[in-house]
Amino acid sequence: MKKIVELCVRNVLFVSAAVTTLAIVLIVIFLFRQGVGLFARPAVEEGFSLVVSAGNPVKKLTPQQVKLIFDGDVDNWSFLGGSHEPIEIYRWNEEIPVMNERSIAFIPTQYVSSLPGVRTVDMGRISPGDYFGGREWFPTSQPVPLFGVLPLLAGTLWVSLAAILFALPFGLAIAIYMAELAPKRIHGILKPVIELLAGIPSVVYGFFGLVVLVPLIQKSMNLPVGETAFAGAVVLAIMALPTIVTVAADALRTVPKAAREASLALGASQMQTIFRVTIPYCASGILAAVVLGIGRAVGETMAVLMVTGNAAIIPDSLFKPVRTIPATIAAELGEAPAGGAHYQALFMLGIILFFITLLISISVEIMSSRKRRQEI
Amino acid sequence: MSNKKRKQQVVFWIIRLMTLGVVGVLCWILGFLIVKGAGAISWEFLTGYPSGGMTEGGILPAIAGTLSLVAGSIAVAFPVGVFSGIYTSEYAPNNKIVRLLRIMTNNLAGIPSIVFGLFGMSLFVNTLGFGDSIIAGSLTLGLLVLPLVIRTTEEALNAVPQTFRQASYALGATKVQTIRRVVLPMAFPNIMTGLILSVGRVSGETAPILFTVAAYFLPRLPRSLSDQVMALPYHLYVLATSGTDIEASRPMAYGTALVLILIVLIINVLAGLIRARFTKRMN
Amino acid sequence: MYSIVAEHIDFYYQKFHALKDISLEVEEHTVTAFIGPSGCGKSTFLRIMNRMNDLIDGTSMTGKMFIEGKDIYGRGVDVDQLRSIVGMVFQKPNPFPKSIYENVAYGLRVAGIRDRHLIGERVELSLKSAALWDEVKDKLKKSAFELSGGQQQRLCIARALAVKPGIILMDEPASALDPLSTAKIEDLIFSLKDEYTIVIVTHNMQQASRVSDKTAFFYMGSLVEYGNTRDIFMNPVKEATQNYITGRFG
Repeated sequence: MKKIVELCVRNVLFVSAAVTTLAIVLIVIFLFRQGVGLFARPAVEEGFSLVVSAGNPVKKLTPQQVKLIFDGDVDNWSFLGGSHEPIEIYRWNEEIPVMNERSIAFIPTQYVSSLPGVRTVDMGRISPGDYFGGREWFPTSQPVPLFGVLPLLAGTLWVSLAAILFALPFGLAIAIYMAELAPKRIHGILKPVIELLAGIPSVVYGFFGLVVLVPLIQKSMNLPVGETAFAGAVVLAIMALPTIVTVAADALRTVPKAAREASLALGASQMQTIFRVTIPYCASGILAAVVLGIGRAVGETMAVLMVTGNAAIIPDSLFKPVRTIPATIAAELGEAPAGGAHYQALFMLGIILFFITLLISISVEIMSSRKRRQEI
Repeated sequence: MSNKKRKQQVVFWIIRLMTLGVVGVLCWILGFLIVKGAGAISWEFLTGYPSGGMTEGGILPAIAGTLSLVAGSIAVAFPVGVFSGIYTSEYAPNNKIVRLLRIMTNNLAGIPSIVFGLFGMSLFVNTLGFGDSIIAGSLTLGLLVLPLVIRTTEEALNAVPQTFRQASYALGATKVQTIRRVVLPMAFPNIMTGLILSVGRVSGETAPILFTVAAYFLPRLPRSLSDQVMALPYHLYVLATSGTDIEASRPMAYGTALVLILIVLIINVLAGLIRARFTKRMN
Repeated sequence: MYSIVAEHIDFYYQKFHALKDISLEVEEHTVTAFIGPSGCGKSTFLRIMNRMNDLIDGTSMTGKMFIEGKDIYGRGVDVDQLRSIVGMVFQKPNPFPKSIYENVAYGLRVAGIRDRHLIGERVELSLKSAALWDEVKDKLKKSAFELSGGQQQRLCIARALAVKPGIILMDEPASALDPLSTAKIEDLIFSLKDEYTIVIVTHNMQQASRVSDKTAFFYMGSLVEYGNTRDIFMNPVKEATQNYITGRFG
């Protein structure tokens, strides 16, 4: 009887322990299930076609070209390899257009057959190349939405790296102070302060950034808008700080006393010991702190959404608005019709985010296992 | 003083000042929100319903919503997390499977909260058909805090000295009996800190509830698990960025931010107290 | 000429009275062994000589310690400077996670020496003095962790020699090593005597009798007996010394 209880308990516990693994598997499955359908979709909005006159020599158009045409930025067929004729655009407004040689029309597919002398332009499907290599994110533009993640990816990395650059010197300084210099009493005060910093919800940081930092940045830098990559980076730096401090301080504490003593016994000062022995000794741990900090910054949603201005442009300066991947998902998923191309494109963003953080977790795992081996 | 000493003094002072600077930033954030928010907080604010396009009234529905999400997600994460922690620290053979479980838990902890939101929407809201509801939100948030509960449970169990287990075995107790009667009672206070910290985490998260439960404006109290609710962090986001009249709703936003800050403060103090008592008892 | 002079030293870990009124003098260019059962205070006393005990919280001390005539607990003493005069070798080999070359050069670099040529010379000389040169001269750039335990300990000795200390303190330097490596370390200690004053803490009495000129026997925080090694081992004055040496406790 006792044996059976023991066995049951053991199995229940094992199943619980497997939940996290199951969750990850499910996350992968569901993100992919919703996301990858994107690449089976036609580039033109479903149920619609782009038609030109049958005699038009232009056979294929890229999504970018279509956007340029319908925005009026390209107004002559010669730019597209056609004859030197101006382009006439018809958007769908519940009327079947009258077509001529110069026309391009966006109409429901069902009416294509009723128009004499026209031909559907081959747009192909949304390709992974256009998605991962695309430089424009206009998910709701008509007739052809543009899903290029480069500006979002660049925005995410840009803001996160800047944040780490701001946070790293401070994080290291605090970690060194806590692990090496602080008297016990001050250590006892600092630790809860760092925990508090970690505990403040991201939306509160975002709110503080919005009402204090953004106006401050706008005024002091004399910018047209304060919602910039810089504001995001500052807020993210504060948010990533506790992660960096905690992990780095833990790493510093793992350095054996013997290593410190050996250095001091050779006449090295405390500072020399810290910078020449202690820090090199736990370099992999400190690197792990940095990487985890980046992970925290990359995935952060609300604070960034509130202070970076959300312009989907590949950033060239810290003082311009940018848009990150998490902010894009948060801002757009509510408006994207379930199951549509936009919706799927957002899930693909989730997949990208998932794999970035997976990469980070794995590299941290490798770093810490290397550290353990070194100790043996 | 030698040159070497002087350099050390300078560097150490820079380190001290940088530390002080960060503490200063925290004080600035807290001080600003407390000063601005104190004026907004009143009995009516805490117990009233929002009105006038969310520029007047109170935040009771958001408080109630957050409380129900906290309760729901703890109900999900606490049993699973504690069981999982017991398994990995008391039972787990030191083999590949356990290493994999550990890595997976770490990975789960690293996944951004917005991805949890996507997942929760896709599985709980759509596939399982819960719709935008407390239950979908609680399950999503529960998964999010699971690694935190597991980790604190493991740490709490590892802090119990091995000698107590051996003493129990020596008296003929089985493993389950030893864990239930000796190890768990000793580790309990520290496991509670994990619980409390996850309450803090859950009450502040916005991204996972955006598409699983949070309502923009719903001035009534939740009645069942399948209700949508308002929640404090999302309410703050709405007030700050997309209210009908952002300037007029600023006081409401400051008040909501202060309530969130107070929750975090209380939770940190509580967790600190429990931990201090626990370490005292262990020594 | 005395290198080390201790006067009435009392030492406390919090309330624990670890050393009781210790006075002792160590002559230049001799090897002095501190023996006694574990916990007797011999290592604590050793660590007073280069102020390593400063690193431990909650300790206090009275009395005076003179190194080469200077009161090292007096006002205005530069502790880093002191430690470059008084080298130390620890119980377990503790090389830095750096190359063999950089381990030996470390003390010079932290002393602010930049002259590459000088550093190279000193590294070679120190490794030769530590009888390690022939074994490592072709792999100076390799990690110090690739050496065997005995080699690592000799590297630590070379590292201490490189800063040209007058005194070398050794805290059970061979206790973690095999007999062969131990013998090498003992030979090394013997050869270093001409240039350095050496104080060695050991729990191994054969070792003390083999390498040292003088021996001090510590017991429960007190210095029981101190004299020529031969006298201590052949006809100790105190009964406690006699008991320890003949193995009745320890």
